[in-house]
Amino acid sequence: MDKFNSLKGIAAPLPIVNIDTDMIIPKQFLKTIKRTGLGVSLFYEMRYDNDGNLIKDFVLNTSPFDQSKILVAGDNFGCGSSREHAPWSLKDFGIKCVISTSFADIFYNNCFQNGILPIVVSPDQLDQLMMAATNQIEFSIDLPEQTVKAGNHSINFEIEEFRKDRLLQGLDDIGITLGYQDKISAYEEDKKNKKPWLFKDN
Amino acid sequence: MSNQGPKTLFDKIWSEHLVGQREDGTSLLYIDRHLVHEVTSPQAFEGLKISNRPVHRPEATIAVADHNVPTINRQNIEDPQSKIQVETLAKNTKEHGIQYFDLMDQRQGIVHIIGPEQGITQPGMTIVCGDSHTSTHGAFGALAFGIGTSEVEHVLATQTIVQNPAKNMRISVNGDLPFGVNSKDLILYIIGKIGTAGGTGHVIEYAGSSIMGLSMEGRMTICNMSIEAGARAGLISPDQTTFNYIQGRPYAPGADHWDQALKYWSSLPSDNDANYDHEIVIDSSEIDPMVTWGTSPEDVVSVKGLVPNPSSAQTENKKKSIERSLEYMGLKPGTKITDIKLDKIFIGSCTNGRIEDLRKVASIVKDKKIASHVQAMIVPGSGLVKKQAEEEGIDIILKDAGFEWREAGCSMCLGMNPDQLKPGERCASTSNRNFEGRQGRGGRTHLMSPELAAASAITGNISDIRDFT
Repeated sequence: MDKFNSLKGIAAPLPIVNIDTDMIIPKQFLKTIKRTGLGVSLFYEMRYDNDGNLIKDFVLNTSPFDQSKILVAGDNFGCGSSREHAPWSLKDFGIKCVISTSFADIFYNNCFQNGILPIVVSPDQLDQLMMAATNQIEFSIDLPEQTVKAGNHSINFEIEEFRKDRLLQGLDDIGITLGYQDKISAYEEDKKNKKPWLFKDN
Repeated sequence: MSNQGPKTLFDKIWSEHLVGQREDGTSLLYIDRHLVHEVTSPQAFEGLKISNRPVHRPEATIAVADHNVPTINRQNIEDPQSKIQVETLAKNTKEHGIQYFDLMDQRQGIVHIIGPEQGITQPGMTIVCGDSHTSTHGAFGALAFGIGTSEVEHVLATQTIVQNPAKNMRISVNGDLPFGVNSKDLILYIIGKIGTAGGTGHVIEYAGSSIMGLSMEGRMTICNMSIEAGARAGLISPDQTTFNYIQGRPYAPGADHWDQALKYWSSLPSDNDANYDHEIVIDSSEIDPMVTWGTSPEDVVSVKGLVPNPSSAQTENKKKSIERSLEYMGLKPGTKITDIKLDKIFIGSCTNGRIEDLRKVASIVKDKKIASHVQAMIVPGSGLVKKQAEEEGIDIILKDAGFEWREAGCSMCLGMNPDQLKPGERCASTSNRNFEGRQGRGGRTHLMSPELAAASAITGNISDIRDFT
């Protein structure tokens, strides 16, 4: 998995609450059997008109925001479907960090599987960062220090230690768990005796 | 979480499935059953192949295609991408020895309908699926939640998932349900009350006499939409209603283990003095039949109510959000909900595509005709629901009323298949999400119960079942 350490760049403001994963990547793009190539379809219905032409005033279609690596968005970002296509499309577009006041659980988890850093800030801080993003002020994000800087704003954010490590080191989660194979087998042996109906396999 | 002291249903299932702690402090939770569908699994199987990893326990996994499948003429999937995705699932499951219900199998259907129907879903289990509506299975007292594709790969490879415990929330609904109010109204009302982020980080346990009085179908509707309240999962204590539903189903414990399983299941309900991080108590008499007016499931109002006015919003953000929703929905503030004219009716989905839902619709539309300007479609949740309905003559009643009678699948709930709304079309839908574009680009969705959708099909407007006789 890609590592994440620090990031500098301008941030795209998207001041809409409850941005759901259907908005991030609509259903018709879920038919792929690959993880890549979804960036062009990110926020499809907000970015393109009925004929497939770019909608000029949508933020990610305007320069310099079309090169954004950071997104600042309203509350409850990523709600709805579990589709990992949502972080895949953000990543493929080039966005590596999303800042909001809260994230839906499954989306939040999915970000960490893909080297994307979701940052939770307070409503006041979000207002400040939304303004800074709109004014095209450069953002500077430092994961080891857990800070977001933009102009004269400097914000500390919280992140669970294991999630931070996973991003910093780009760890293979399955590889780590397979290191506990003995424990998994021991658990299964124990339960085969105690709950045999669960192992009367299909 | 301590091992001593009173425990919630969630705490009990959690501690039973804890394999251990990893060095990074996270917990490894054992997964009893893994449900797989065609949309969120191909990249997971590809990942296994690249890393040369086998499926740890293929027999604990069950697969079915549901999202992409056409609900008519299904011998041939015309969309080449959908066809590839369905074929890829068939190929992957064959290669790894995973049970797969193919499109011609009568047991095929929406993954969250067939799990319970086959008796795969049982109390006290951990169940995951690459689909957010996995919360449905919580109706049986199973800890069931949706996961992303990377986690699907993790479960396939290890039969475990990396998790940290959720917080406990209990929502109790007490009292007899008023006439015309049912499980869909209850859950829409709850989402309206706590909001779409109200359950974030929590598992919601539904309790109280209104909930425990529901059938398993009704309980599944409630737990299904837990994700729309932002919760990781929904749970309802297993009881005699649960056990009666499970007994005798193909994958249920047989006579050799039934008593042992029953004893364990009976130990699962939350202890009386268990502690919850949040408690909400609702009196069922305050609940009306509910309808959504906007583009988030929290945008709910009584069917007797009005489309809200943005100027009455308490915050600037909320005002903007209402304005945006009303523009998308093509609605004016102050419009009576029952004055909203419909183009399409969709009855089905993992929320309301079970036999009980179909029976209710049939009882309402019997000997009536749908309004001449609406198109109405009813999509059974599984091949077996369809068969049962046909044995009961429900299909004839529905077809006589003017409904299209389809094959099982997710259908217009998410429009990944040919069933979609056209731009500007307005739909009364028994599904779970009214997001922008969910049922088709520019499509306008009003979520409601099967009863309201049935009454609305007849009148052509959103209608109150209580006025409809």
